[in-house]
Amino acid sequence: MRFVPATVAHGQLGRAQPAGTARQPVRGRWLRLIPPLTLGLFLGPILAGLLGTILPAFGYLPALGGERLSLAPWRQLFAAPGLQAASQLSLMTGLLATAIALALTILAFAAGQGTRAFRRARRLMAPLLAVPHLATAIGLAFLLAPSGWLVRLITPWLTGWQTPPDMSLLQGPYGFGLTLGLVVKETPFLILMTFAGLGQVHADRHLRQARAFGYGRIQAWLKVVLPLVYPQIRLPIYAVLAYSLSVVDMAIVLGPTTPPTLAPLILRWFSDPDLTLRFQAAAGACLQMLLVLLAIAAWRLAELLIARLARPWLTSGGRGGSGRLGHWLAWLCLGVVTLLAIGGLFALAVWSVAGAWRFPAAWPAELTLATWARHLDLLARPIATTLLVGLAATLLALGLVLGCLEQEQVSRKPPGQGALLLLYLPLLVPQISFLFGLQVILVRLGLDGTWLGLIWAHLLFVLPYLFLTLAEPYRSLDRRYETSALALGKPHWQVWWRIRLALLLRPVLIAAAIGFAVSVGQFLPTQMVGGGRLVTLTTEALALANGADRRLVGMVALSLAVLPLVAFAVALALPAWRFRHRRGMASGG
Amino acid sequence: MASGPGAPGLELEHVTISIGGRRLIEDLTMAVAPGEIATIMGPSGSGKSSLLSFICGTLEPDFEALGLIRLAGVELGPCPPERRRVGILFQDDLLFPHLSVGENLEFALPASVRGRAARRAKVAAALAEADLVGFGGRDPASLSGGQRARVALMRTLLAEPRALLLDEPFAKLDVALRARIRRFVYVHAQAASLPTLLVTHDPEDARTTGGPVLELG
Repeated sequence: MRFVPATVAHGQLGRAQPAGTARQPVRGRWLRLIPPLTLGLFLGPILAGLLGTILPAFGYLPALGGERLSLAPWRQLFAAPGLQAASQLSLMTGLLATAIALALTILAFAAGQGTRAFRRARRLMAPLLAVPHLATAIGLAFLLAPSGWLVRLITPWLTGWQTPPDMSLLQGPYGFGLTLGLVVKETPFLILMTFAGLGQVHADRHLRQARAFGYGRIQAWLKVVLPLVYPQIRLPIYAVLAYSLSVVDMAIVLGPTTPPTLAPLILRWFSDPDLTLRFQAAAGACLQMLLVLLAIAAWRLAELLIARLARPWLTSGGRGGSGRLGHWLAWLCLGVVTLLAIGGLFALAVWSVAGAWRFPAAWPAELTLATWARHLDLLARPIATTLLVGLAATLLALGLVLGCLEQEQVSRKPPGQGALLLLYLPLLVPQISFLFGLQVILVRLGLDGTWLGLIWAHLLFVLPYLFLTLAEPYRSLDRRYETSALALGKPHWQVWWRIRLALLLRPVLIAAAIGFAVSVGQFLPTQMVGGGRLVTLTTEALALANGADRRLVGMVALSLAVLPLVAFAVALALPAWRFRHRRGMASGG
Repeated sequence: MASGPGAPGLELEHVTISIGGRRLIEDLTMAVAPGEIATIMGPSGSGKSSLLSFICGTLEPDFEALGLIRLAGVELGPCPPERRRVGILFQDDLLFPHLSVGENLEFALPASVRGRAARRAKVAAALAEADLVGFGGRDPASLSGGQRARVALMRTLLAEPRALLLDEPFAKLDVALRARIRRFVYVHAQAASLPTLLVTHDPEDARTTGGPVLELG
């Protein structure tokens, strides 16, 4: 991680710095190419992939003998057993998880904004977010399974059970476990996005004003801050909705199995040895896309309806009470979410060093490093692949994002709302809906199962997160620092490198850590593009997750969780050390 | 909040505010009678705004504050901000951008004013008072600086405060407008018999109040 910015910067500047005469127009000419290059690199595969999914859905896939357009795949799809139940489950879990995560976010801010405890809680959110979905899911499964830790803690003294109970919170028919897992993962994301949005709308001042009018904490937040901040978090909410409706890895671990939610069902068809099922799978991937569009449209409609109905309430003058109940409720809910997330990780750790651990016992009979010693070699290759792909995708994305942002500074034209929507595209289109088509194309190009293909596929998801994290600090850096450096006669590239990038070291490293965490967590792109030849910790963990050996699963899933956390620790520690004697750099760039 | 004995206005007793060990305000004691406008002057960073936040109950947790605030004889210290009924006007008018001008005013109106018609009538009266008849449906962003300042004051008064704090509310207005808005605010504060505390670094603001002026170091 240490050399992240340095390497990129040299690559960048190598292009950006013309030999001899460093003049702005030449620098601008090279830089100007970066935004279109970025868009092409990351929109191209998505659009091509969508097309590559839609055509087979209508029977066209020459490689498998589909030469003519037909509706047969759709007929096949709708005749498939479990399709309707799977679609309903997807809609239900996705909408419910998003609604709960949003409600918790709103409750947390309404009850806590401006308090010291809440500010402290914010610091906990980033690491929670960094842990890959799959690691959280496996951790939750270790807690909530019939023979999981929570049951062990209350057995037999409370339950009287001698054997694990038959019923399970997980994998039950209503998708309870999946919904819970999504809430645990998506609430921190929405909370962090809301924090980012608040700065744009002067929330603190408006809140203070409303309270001076006699409004209680919660009513003031709901009536004044929420209407202002909601437009800022609308796209993140839609991204959560799209993700929750089409998630694969979490659904396989925590979701019901007969039938599963829609996305895992489609993946089953894709991986079926019977190649004719691919057409049906492609139609399913299109259906998944339609479901997401439908859900987003329904959500938008609900937004409009609520905004309309709540209008009289906004000005009815009701001040609300002290909000003490809401306060406790918020801490309780957030506490449970945080405890589940951290408790799950702890369960992974304990299992990975557990010796004998019979059912009702609350703690293993002995702790041993035997599992780690025996299976460490199993981890070596997935870890190496994860690191390589993650670092490469992050470096590439960082170079492109820095190029785009610098071009924005040079041309003094901030991108509009449309550009933001494009950036969100990979987060709004269900992965499975374009990865199938992308895989077909990569096979044609001979890029499936190659490093290049895999890094490119990860880039699609790393890039938007990196951009969203870095854009605000990059844009808001006071330009006069650079102006004064230029006035001192330094060349452009030196000013960029020694002033801007140095001042932005902290946000750049944090954005890189987030990008890396996103890459580490990618399951579906790795599975479909890596084609089994390139195995990362995520694909390895999921392959093992359904096996019996909890110790081994605990070890792999823990490694999966720890890798991004290490990246975060480095991103926080490095600037803190570098600027340890610079008080002005204390709160980031 | 039964009203106790003591003076009816706003009283500060031995108020000390510090941040990180640095004293901003040291042992300040003063009383502002109803209808009186007292001014605190001082350079930026002298703790003027922190004092107002302390009175409102919204002082950031990084600050340390000691001393008593009494309003109409009742101590404000234990009250949360929303129960203090202290109106405040900031340098920025802070009209809520998602509500219309009329809705902004209605927002501040207490719930005890019941019924659509009664609430609308109060809002219309406030608009008339601010010389903005017919502006109820307008977007606050479409108003001029002077109009916004007048709406902000009317909004604050509609919440029926028992004291008024002015945090450099005229600083962003241009010079010609400043005198008119200043007069508008002072006249209304005095008409409502509010104890009013003004912080500013413009001597002209202070000179025109006709009240006591206190200089901070």
